[in-house]
Amino acid sequence: MLTFTTRRLLLAIPTLLFISLVIFLLLEASPGDPLGDVPLTVPPEVKERMREALGLGSPWYVRYVLWLKQFFWVEPLYWFDHVFGTQFSAGMQRIISFQSRSPVFDVIAQRVPQTLTVVGFSYLVGILIAIPIGIISAYKQYSWFDQLGTFVSMIGFSMPTFFTGVVLIIIFGVKLQWFPSVYDTTLEVRDWNSFWAQVRQMIMPVTVLALYNAAQISRFMRASMLDNLGQDYVRTARAKGLSEKTVVLKHVLRNSLIPVITVIALGLPAVFGGAIITEQVFKVNGLGQLLITAIHGNDIPMVLTLTFIFAILIVLFTLIADILYGILDPRIRYD
Amino acid sequence: MTETRRQHDLSVTETVEASSVAAGITPGLPPDDPLHAGGETRSQWRDVWRQFRSHRGAMVALVLFVSTILFVLVGPYLWTIDPTYVDIRARNSGFSVAHPLGTDQLGRDMLARLMAGGRVSIAVGLTAMIIAITLGSLIGLVSGYFRRMDAPLMRLTELFLALPLLPLLLLMVTLFREPLSQSFGPAMGTFILIVSAIGATSWMQAARIVRGDVLGLKEREFILAAKSIGTPAHRMILRHVLPNVLSPIMVAATLGIATAIITESALSFLGLGFPPDFPTWGRLLYDAVDQMVMYPWRVILPGLFISLTVLCVNYIGDGLRDAMDPRIRGR
Amino acid sequence: MKKALVSALALMMASPAVAERGSDGELRVLYWQAASVLNPYLSTGAKDVDPASMVLEPLALVGNDGALIPVLAAEIPSIENGGISEDFTTVTWRLKPGVTWSDGTPLTAADVAFTADYCMAPGFGCAVLAEFEGIKTVEAVDDRTVRIHYGAPKYPPLQAFVGGRTPILQKAQFEPCLGEAGASCTRQNFGPIGTGPFRVTSFEPGNVSTFEANPHYRDPAKPAFATVTIKGGGDAMAAARAVLETGEFDFAWNLQLAPDIVAPMEAAGKGKLVGSFGSMVERIELNQTDPSPALGKERSTLAHPHPFLTDPAVRRALSMAIDRPILAELAYGPAGKPTCTIVPVPLDFTSGRDDCLKQDIQGANRLLDEAGWLPGPDGVRQKDGVPLRLVFQTTVNAVRQDVQSLVKQWWSEIGVATDLKTIDGTVFFGGDAGNPDSRARFLADAQMFTDAFYLPDPASFLEEFVCSRVPNDENQWQGNNSVRFCDPDFDARMAALNQTGAARERHRIAKEMTDMLTADGHVVLPLIHRGMIGAHANSLAGILPNGWEGSLWNIADWSRAE
Repeated sequence: MLTFTTRRLLLAIPTLLFISLVIFLLLEASPGDPLGDVPLTVPPEVKERMREALGLGSPWYVRYVLWLKQFFWVEPLYWFDHVFGTQFSAGMQRIISFQSRSPVFDVIAQRVPQTLTVVGFSYLVGILIAIPIGIISAYKQYSWFDQLGTFVSMIGFSMPTFFTGVVLIIIFGVKLQWFPSVYDTTLEVRDWNSFWAQVRQMIMPVTVLALYNAAQISRFMRASMLDNLGQDYVRTARAKGLSEKTVVLKHVLRNSLIPVITVIALGLPAVFGGAIITEQVFKVNGLGQLLITAIHGNDIPMVLTLTFIFAILIVLFTLIADILYGILDPRIRYD
Repeated sequence: MTETRRQHDLSVTETVEASSVAAGITPGLPPDDPLHAGGETRSQWRDVWRQFRSHRGAMVALVLFVSTILFVLVGPYLWTIDPTYVDIRARNSGFSVAHPLGTDQLGRDMLARLMAGGRVSIAVGLTAMIIAITLGSLIGLVSGYFRRMDAPLMRLTELFLALPLLPLLLLMVTLFREPLSQSFGPAMGTFILIVSAIGATSWMQAARIVRGDVLGLKEREFILAAKSIGTPAHRMILRHVLPNVLSPIMVAATLGIATAIITESALSFLGLGFPPDFPTWGRLLYDAVDQMVMYPWRVILPGLFISLTVLCVNYIGDGLRDAMDPRIRGR
Repeated sequence: MKKALVSALALMMASPAVAERGSDGELRVLYWQAASVLNPYLSTGAKDVDPASMVLEPLALVGNDGALIPVLAAEIPSIENGGISEDFTTVTWRLKPGVTWSDGTPLTAADVAFTADYCMAPGFGCAVLAEFEGIKTVEAVDDRTVRIHYGAPKYPPLQAFVGGRTPILQKAQFEPCLGEAGASCTRQNFGPIGTGPFRVTSFEPGNVSTFEANPHYRDPAKPAFATVTIKGGGDAMAAARAVLETGEFDFAWNLQLAPDIVAPMEAAGKGKLVGSFGSMVERIELNQTDPSPALGKERSTLAHPHPFLTDPAVRRALSMAIDRPILAELAYGPAGKPTCTIVPVPLDFTSGRDDCLKQDIQGANRLLDEAGWLPGPDGVRQKDGVPLRLVFQTTVNAVRQDVQSLVKQWWSEIGVATDLKTIDGTVFFGGDAGNPDSRARFLADAQMFTDAFYLPDPASFLEEFVCSRVPNDENQWQGNNSVRFCDPDFDARMAALNQTGAARERHRIAKEMTDMLTADGHVVLPLIHRGMIGAHANSLAGILPNGWEGSLWNIADWSRAE
């Protein structure tokens, strides 16, 4: 397993470089213009000079290599300096966003806390709800619990968050006035009062996202459990006289987790990507909102950096998933 | 020792049964219905259908789904108002004889719009889902089963997972909108563009899930047994591996329809979708969200249709899965 | 007259009993598009300029009526007071005495001169460089006098440092940011030191910014608010809800929403809508060149005139078929008025032609009949085998899509078939040469968008329509004349306008030019004179609409009225 992991990690480097090149070329080729927001009265000559000031005058490969250098050399140096107080990165240009003309990593760092609290927490809640629901639904297939679970999760999944979010806001934000409709990112949790305020502003976005995630995961959990409950080894285990709890929670669950692990491993990097629509509906302004505004503003350095971090996480989590397969089912071997 | 033997026997039986599903004949087993014994009509599919019929949820879902399809396909011939016809005087009207489901903010008939919108949404949802699931299952099966293909295909999956969706879609529109609408006509061209855009960007989850299951499956005894008797790879995949990963595929397919219907509405915000006056369920829902407080029916109706379709497909899928599973059938 | 009375009344309401600075606590403002930088020289979007205007101030602002209001200047230069030279080559500004920056240092003429150098420095990419066009040097004559030298007579002479888009920066703070260094001066761009009523306390791009009262502000009683929070994100609907329904915020900006949605929200009684009308006009452009795909690279170039939109009768009929008052009522409500001109303000420049306001389907049909465009078997008019079938594109926007549908309906009633197309806004307004869907490339027959100008003289705006600005392959499809209007008469008048200083003469020429495009030529069909709609809590007093400046232009006068 160790050699497998090392091999995969080494293989990840060219993979990631290739991914970054594809993303860069994609952003280059897709239509749109960082100067799209400039008023129409601005003459083309002025626009041309603004374009050059953004560095768009040089050919694409120069800009790509510059970005690589900034991402893999200047930024680590900068953070090294930041931690140890050294001066290695002095005078080096960090990755600068087109929109705000500030280092993209500073902006990303500002957005990570609210994304992790809201999106990350909702994912956790989603998993914690979904797995028991999936197990019970499968074990008691076609019971009222299963029927209700199916109904709620299908509705939950087919109703987009731009709809459920607004419904919650209208009911709990406008009519009942229980929760605020605008998420306050400047809120610092210092005492019970501010903690309570934080909980109140998190309830609605977390509910919306958790419902959506739980719906998906519980369906996979249920299907996979159903598959395994009918297998012969279950009959054998029962025949051996193992308790029902051991059979279901140890044998069946363990064998049913592979698709669930896959779904969760695909979902966790998405936590970092933020939840574009939900963040917009509740004004959370996390990484999802950052990415979407950067895409709309054709802020290539920002989009490239964000998606590349996202790519690193995807590669990492698929690797983790592959390792977990091997642990859950020792018959799976990669070498 | 005996345990393995028994498992082996069972696996062989299962192999035979699984292959007979595809082959459409029941070799060796005593026929339930002697009248049609050995004839082509006494097929496994009949058994499947019989089992399916006994699944109450699935039958209700099937009836509802067929009626929805009839509603959107036949409806427009009975209710002939043009869904894009603007009648300012009749705007925002409630349920009435002239407009049974009311009108929208420009006086367009909601019933006609729901029917026209359903055609597109169901067609896009099903087609895009089929593309995504086929592509995903194929890639998942191949990369899970053939070790040699695993690394390249999974790196490709990672690449697709990492690509930012919006710029990718914008690029697709720019490159393909004109050529497609010239060769297939504007409506068909847009349809092809949309379903392939959704399909091409949503197969990755299915691929990862199928691969994960196949990795575990191919070490199971019945697969080893089938392999040892020299079953060729394509038959192994189609007859032994695929039927055993069908249930996660079914789940992914059901969820995929919902995603595709919603994604279609998101695409129209990129200018990628159908012409702006052309309704789809997803877009009707989105457009009405702002008007939700004053005109709740405008969100409830398209929302209801989307959920209904997804629920129906889910129950039909459940029923089919149960009916096709030889272990459950006849229980 | 009535208007003047209303604004006088508003002014009276705006000055409550003399309050103390910072006595009204926190002001919470919601901009659903968040600011990305607080330096207008880098970004001229309203989302960036508005928050910056609380901190940075220009020499003069444009008032709602188009007259200039001195801010940092002691008075507005004119020929009479000697501020503008007789030959229109120099402008001399006198600064107000005793103005200090928020760090306590005095504002001097050197700061003004530096700001000009900052914008005009090569390699910087100043977003408002056009306002500095023609400037040779800016000279600080003494501490309080600054003189702008133009290379040639400049009409109109008052451009740079007028309006919130060209405010004065502090030389001491921005000196390290000259030229190419300007792009990465994050600290300065996020926290400029200004002379305005507030100073920046924190700024997160794209999210939230906070401000506090400037202790050195020149009016000791202002501002009434101690702190201001500007939150970004969400959409217009959510912003309206947060002010009008939940009361979480005091002010929300740019609420372009359908009238039947906002009206009931306003009726809830927590807040009010306020509209300010500048020069924004929503218009339809009728392509004068042929966008047919068969032409390949030569699509939409002057080499191929449009098969039917070059016929004045067709253009006139298309205009007559549109019911502009209905459009305004259904789609815009308080945010729009029907208009027949693309220069709705200042009133001196506006030609009074309003014959387009009345829809005339019959008249349009008659006109097309007479011009030989007769209905074919499918109801679509045609002549010599050319059917009146067009593609009508615009950006993705709920209000615009409603307008598209309505216009399509009306055009179908005069036998013109329309296919609608929508394009993502950033793609439509993007300028990259390879983009087939951009406004400038214009691969359609008609397109709709909003255009505006920011100084009360439309000369630079009208210059968009001269023949040399037509986008083509050689200039990489850059150029503002997307409608591809090319008329030597118009170009001659433009040249004359650029040589004329006399106000009355300028008004006359500009009106003639506008009419060539709209009321007579129907090349550009003006639809709606658009306003900026904001919502404010009932407890907020002092808000004055001003179409030329940002919504927060007089925030020093805002206060909490109980």
